[in-house]
This record gives sequence, structure tokens and C-alpha cells, in this order.
Amino acid sequence: MRQIMLIQAINEALREELLRDENVFLIGEDLHTATFGQTKGLFEEFGPERVVSTPISEAGFTGISTGAAIAGLRPVVEYMTSNFMYVAMDQLVNQVGKLRYMYGGQINIPIVFRALNIGGGAAAQHSDNSADYFLHAVGFKVVMPSTPYDAKGLLKSAIRDDNPVIFYEEMKTFMVKGEIPDEDYVVPIGKGDIKKEGKDVTIVAAGYPRVLASSVAEKLEKEGISVEVVDARSLYPIDEDLILESVKKTGRLVTLDDAPLNGSFASEIAALVAEKGYSYLKAPIKRVTRIKVPVPHSKIEEEYVLLNEAKVINAVKDVVNY
Amino acid sequence: MLKSSDLLWMYEKMLLLRETEEKAVELSFKGEIGTLLSGSGQEAIPVGICKNLLPEDHYAPSHRGISTVLAKGGDPKYLFAELFGKPAGYCKGKGGEMHIADFKDGMIGMNGIVGAAIPIATGSAFAQKKKNLNTVTVCAFGDGASNQGVFHEALNMASIWKLPIVYVCENNQYAMTTPVSYALSVENISDRAKSYSIPGVTVDGNDVLAVYEAVHEAVERARKGEGPTLIECKTYRKYGHHAGAGNDEQMGWGYRPKTEEAYWKSRDPILLFEDYLMAKAVLTESKIKLVREKVKKEIEEAVEFARKAENPKPEDALEDLFA
Ligand SMILES: Cc1ncc(C[n+]2csc(CCOP(=O)(O)OP(=O)(O)O)c2C)c(N)n1
Repeated sequence: MRQIMLIQAINEALREELLRDENVFLIGEDLHTATFGQTKGLFEEFGPERVVSTPISEAGFTGISTGAAIAGLRPVVEYMTSNFMYVAMDQLVNQVGKLRYMYGGQINIPIVFRALNIGGGAAAQHSDNSADYFLHAVGFKVVMPSTPYDAKGLLKSAIRDDNPVIFYEEMKTFMVKGEIPDEDYVVPIGKGDIKKEGKDVTIVAAGYPRVLASSVAEKLEKEGISVEVVDARSLYPIDEDLILESVKKTGRLVTLDDAPLNGSFASEIAALVAEKGYSYLKAPIKRVTRIKVPVPHSKIEEEYVLLNEAKVINAVKDVVNY
Repeated sequence: MLKSSDLLWMYEKMLLLRETEEKAVELSFKGEIGTLLSGSGQEAIPVGICKNLLPEDHYAPSHRGISTVLAKGGDPKYLFAELFGKPAGYCKGKGGEMHIADFKDGMIGMNGIVGAAIPIATGSAFAQKKKNLNTVTVCAFGDGASNQGVFHEALNMASIWKLPIVYVCENNQYAMTTPVSYALSVENISDRAKSYSIPGVTVDGNDVLAVYEAVHEAVERARKGEGPTLIECKTYRKYGHHAGAGNDEQMGWGYRPKTEEAYWKSRDPILLFEDYLMAKAVLTESKIKLVREKVKKEIEEAVEFARKAENPKPEDALEDLFA
């Protein structure tokens, strides 16, 4: 086993998949420079035909990738930040998500959309987590890893999947370290993972919020509150059984989402448990999310809007002391 | 014809923009403000544009160059306050570096989504025409933005409806790290005007008078109801994509040949203009010194104002979402 950072895990997965299958190619803006480091070295190794830099044309290269996928290639598309997916929303929502179904299953669209969530520090148009939009859209699997192991394994699964998969990369987790095996492995899409066992309360989260949940769990342990941290890993499809089992055990639920509350992943999990696990609950469910305003530039205001440890701790204490 | 006083106005504005950019880079390095897309080196374009505009005309600047807000009459105090995230800033600290607007001076907004401002600015011209205001909108953007779909959609509509708009492409030859030689299907961005049956011209974007003249003609055309023009200004940014903290060197992005950088450094728009004005005897060494000192002082005061300005309350984050 080797210790690596999550950003390196992404890089390794891309490299190994490029080597494994010649139909795989990367496409996106400034890939020749590897803007934020995920694709470092790949342009040099595989050349401009496998690592394709595009002009700034999100709608265009999304559609081109879709056509290429239908015609037999396996594109891995990079959006420099997940906000820029909105520029390609018709291509994504009306085309990618619907074409296979609309054409009666004649085609597959094996395509991965890698979307970077910067998360903050960059004002309203660069700080979104766009994942929740794609939980609502049809035809996509959506994954959001928070450890190097999961990132590498899920990205490989995504690339080998014959369906459109949106793979979220959270900048705030890039430096998270963890062990990965030397041999090839995959993490199945649709399976969650218990990152820490606990008795008193379940936190369900993915991506950066999962990292927050784990540090909160560690702190609360010292105060005698035992938190179970469930890493959803896949936002869609959801690992319902794992989540319901955990709530059955703890009787309490806090859900986290680094996005506005309405129509969020946090709300979806809350609804799931209210619907199918109501009898397990000893306290009302709490959802901790961003406040529903655009992310302000001012740091003081931003801190107020985004998720943080204190907000999660308060929520856990609320349900435990209910 | 431009009078000496006009030329001096342009010179002073260019210096104001430059010193503002340089100060912001310094503050970013010190960690007082965040990362920054600097328009240092591109000052001839906003100044050449704004010399043609009336206070009631509109200008949507490119996302690069916070200082462009000052070209049309903005005040550096409020600009720096914005960069510091203070309520005294142009956008109450909510917009920040890439998203500044100053509507009272007709600066209708920078945008962080490349290309997105082009149709929005076109809508401003649409309204100006519909209301018979006889005012115009200038919309500036980068070479990269001209590859976005909305560029093409907006220019087509502006042409068929003869909207009073001037599109100014600040071709600094790179979109982040992607060179125009790779990303463009045409040699000159102005060639694209042909597809929309509007005039397209390319000028030296480091020559403020060349920019001024091209925009002058286009603005006249727009005011006469003859429709849009596409002007391409060839220029260069002094810094990389990011300046200050997290700049290209720190990110490990090397993509501009040193000889190219040196060539453009020798064509600094302010020095070119200084030479011209000295030759015309509009400027003297001592006058240059005076103007430079005045501008520096103004910026120091602005930064002090911004530093001392009150911080927002966290809950201010909840304001301004809905009318
Ligand atoms: C829709 C979108 N895609 C990508 C980006 C990331 N990005 C920010 S600036 C930039 C380059 C813009 O180049 P250009 O339009 O030539 O303007 P310049 O920065 O050179 O002035 C890119 C790709 C973005 N902000 N918006």
C-alpha cells in the first residue's frame, strides 16, 4: 500500500485508464497545461490526440464528446470548474441524459464528466457545487469521492461504465492523504462506505463535507458523543440500505451538503430516511447546507454562507440533545 | 481632433489604471486581497474606448483588469474597498476581483463566466435602441471569449437588428495558457465580422490613439443607427493569467516564450504614448513626474480608505438577492 494525495489518485486513475483502453481520451480547456494539476504529465505522455485541449467552448466540447462517445470512443471531459457546466446545460440535460432512452436504447453513451468544485474563495461564479442539479436531471450517475482510494477506484469505474457519469473533484479534498493498493481495483458506483463507526448519530455526507464530518466526529468523541460517518460516495444512485442500516443503529440523522438546501442531496437523504426509516428515528433529522445565496466575495460573509465545523457540531448536538 | 487636454486626460487615465493594477498585484502578493486577473499592459484599450463615451453610454469591460472600472469615471477608493470585500466597495464586497460593476458611471459589469457578458451587453444596446436614447454600448472581451457560442449568437442578432453596440476584442493572444494560434479558426478575430455582415477591423491595441480612432468611427456608426462593429485590439498582458498570489510561475505554467514577453514589454502602451506626447511637446519630463506622483498618491489614499473601511457583518451575506 502507498500513501498518496487525492489529486494524485485522480492522476493515476486517468493515466492507467489511458494506458488500458485506447478509446479513452481526455478533453477540456488548457489540458496541455494541467491547470489545477489533476492531469499533470498526461499531455506530455500521451500527446494531443489523447489529451485534447479545446478552445473555451463548454457547450461545443460537451456535444462533441457526446457524439464521440456514441461513435465508440470513451471521452473523459474536464470542466475547469463545475460552474462552467451551466454553459453546457442543454448538451448535458437535454442531450447526454436523454439520448439513449429517446432512441430506444440503440446506443450507449460511455462518458465521464469531471467537474471541479472549488468550493469558495472565488466569489459567486466559481464557487458552486453543481452536483445537485444533476441529481435532478435524468440519465446521469453522480459520484463524489473524498479519499484517494475512493477517488481512484470510482474514477476507474466511471470510465469503464457504459453510461454518463459525473465525477466531482473537490478542491478542498485534493490534499487529503490515504492508502491505495498497487494493483488495479475499482470502487463500485452506488455503494457507500462507513468511514467511522458510531452509536449515537449518523452523519451522511460526501466529498468535502465528509471530511468535515470526520473531523467533527473525532472532536465529539472526546465529549462522549459517538458519531457514525457514512460516506455516500455516490450521490446517485444512493446506497439506501447502508444509510438506513446506520440510522437504524443510531436513531439519529444529520445530512450535509455543500450546496443550498432546497432540492439538495442533503434533503434527498433526509426524505429517504423519513420515508423508509421513520420508525428508527429518536429525533428530527437535521440538514446542514450552504445558505441559499450566491457565494459572496467578502471572506467574512463567505464564512457565514458556507459549511463549517461549528455548524455541523451544532446540528449533531441538537439531534443528540433533542 | 483631440486637443492637448484630451491627450493629457488619456495619459493620466492610463497611468491611473496601470498603477491601480500594480498596486493590486502587490496587495495580492501580501495576502491582503486574493488572486487576481490583472490587465496590466492593456490600459490603452479601456482608455481609448472611454474617451469616446458619454456618461450615459454603457461599457461592459472584459473580466480582466479591475482598473477598467476607473476608465469611465470610477473612483479607486470604492474599487479597492471592493477588492478588500468591504461594504464600501462598488458591489458591497460581494463581487470582488472579477465581478465589478459601477452602474452609476455606466460600467455595466464584469463577468466571471467567459463570454457570458457578450449577450448581456447586447441586451443593453437593445434597450438603448428600443428607448430611442441615442446612446451606445461598448462590450469588451478576450480572444478566448470569441470562441464561445454566445459570441456568435449575439453578433448575429446585433447585426440583424442594427443595435448600437461596439464589440471590442482585447486579443492578448492567450486564453489562460491556450494561444490564439491554436484556438482560433481565423487569423484575425475581426475576420469573424464578415459572417455577421458588420465591419471588422484590427488595430494595435497598445496604441491608445489607434484604439481611440477605431472606436470613434464605430461609435459614430452605432449612434447613426447603422449597427454594430467588431474591433480587434492586438495586445498582451504583462503578467500571466493570474498575477500576484498563485501566479502562473507558482502554478508551474510556462507557456509564453521569453522573447515574446520581451518584445511586448518594449511596446508598453504607456511608454509608447509617453514617447508620442513628448515628441508632440504635450508632455515634458517634469510633467510626467508630476502626473505619476499625483496618480500614486491617489491610489495610496484609496488603499488606505479601503483598509480602514468597515468590515461587513456576516449576515450582510443575506442581502441583495431579491428586489
Ligand atoms: C465559461 C468559462 N470557462 C472557463 C473559464 C476559466 N477561464 C477564466 S479566464 C479564461 C481565459 C479567458 O481568455 P480570454 O477570453 O482570451 O480573456 P483574457 O483572460 O485573455 O483577457 C478561462 C478559460 C471561465 N471563467 N468561464
